[in-house]
Amino acid sequence: MTGLEALRQLHAVRRDHDVVISAMGAARDWMSLGTHPRDWVFVPSSMGQATSLGLGLALARPDLRVIVLGGDGGLIMNLGSLITITGQAPANLIILIFDNGVYEVTGAQPTPAAEAGRAGAPPVDLAALARASGFESVFRFGTLDEWTRGIEEVLAVRGPVFAVLTITSIPGATGPRSPGPAPERARRFIAALLERTQAQGLP
Amino acid sequence: MTAIFPGAEVAGLLRDCGITHVVTVPDSTLGQWEPDIEAIGIRLVRVCREGEAWAVAAGLYLGGARPLVMMQCTGLFESGDSLRDVLHDWQLPIPSIIGYRSYLSQETLPGDTCLTFTEPILRAWQIDYCLVTESAHFDLMAGQIRTSLAEGKARAVLLAEGKA
Repeated sequence: MTGLEALRQLHAVRRDHDVVISAMGAARDWMSLGTHPRDWVFVPSSMGQATSLGLGLALARPDLRVIVLGGDGGLIMNLGSLITITGQAPANLIILIFDNGVYEVTGAQPTPAAEAGRAGAPPVDLAALARASGFESVFRFGTLDEWTRGIEEVLAVRGPVFAVLTITSIPGATGPRSPGPAPERARRFIAALLERTQAQGLP
Repeated sequence: MTAIFPGAEVAGLLRDCGITHVVTVPDSTLGQWEPDIEAIGIRLVRVCREGEAWAVAAGLYLGGARPLVMMQCTGLFESGDSLRDVLHDWQLPIPSIIGYRSYLSQETLPGDTCLTFTEPILRAWQIDYCLVTESAHFDLMAGQIRTSLAEGKARAVLLAEGKA
């Protein structure tokens, strides 16, 4: 399964009012499927912070489902965020980690969690890490068929949710490009969330 | 270490300023305020490492909340890239309180390199800060936070710490 194939499935079932935060390779692939006013393309970013930004949004907007799309390399830069997230218990937060075992956009060097980067030690089980950090809803998908069959459950269960999808890396893949000036995009995003508030009649 | 301002006063200030969340890693001074901040109805978001704090605050701000980041200067050092992204790339106006480790203990505990690096690093990150060193400076701190919120610009309060 490629990341793009997995994201197509998500794109097909994403609700209009869902907030989708994407980073690194997932941002590149998600943008290729189209744009949405409640997409937060986290480019430029501080690598690894997408899960933390998602937590903040989920806490501020418990009425919205917040879906974070990130990679294994980013996750292991900010593993503490898993503990922070479960400590805050946001029922509306879903973390999807696309695990290719490498830092894809820098030339596919293995991560320290992947078997190829561990000098003979076994690979780190990211799903087990999430469970040990306090996530009760943890999923693991190794094929597109599994993901296609499981996606509805991932999106339906009470959060916080953690799912890791094993994907193939793309040789020569490039990083995502910012779709425009960041401050202006932030203002538009805030307006899109406010519009949703007003549409719901919320204060 | 005793904070130069009581927690109840700080909590009252933050509530009056409309702060909804304090995103924090405590130190022995700032951590004393936690019970009062929670008691007044502001939600504490305890993060594991300071880089998280800026990103969590960013998400809160984007979602319509009014967060404040609170950490020691050592955490500020650690969190530079996240701070850069949130305050400069995205230009989100997140106010902060930064504990200035050892500032009040310079005579009894000299040699803490926090004293060497904290202010130059704040200047390098182009964060407008005010240094508060005594209880008479409460209005200075209050003004800095209020100005940050009114202007929509990130500003920091650098809070002297260290005297037992």
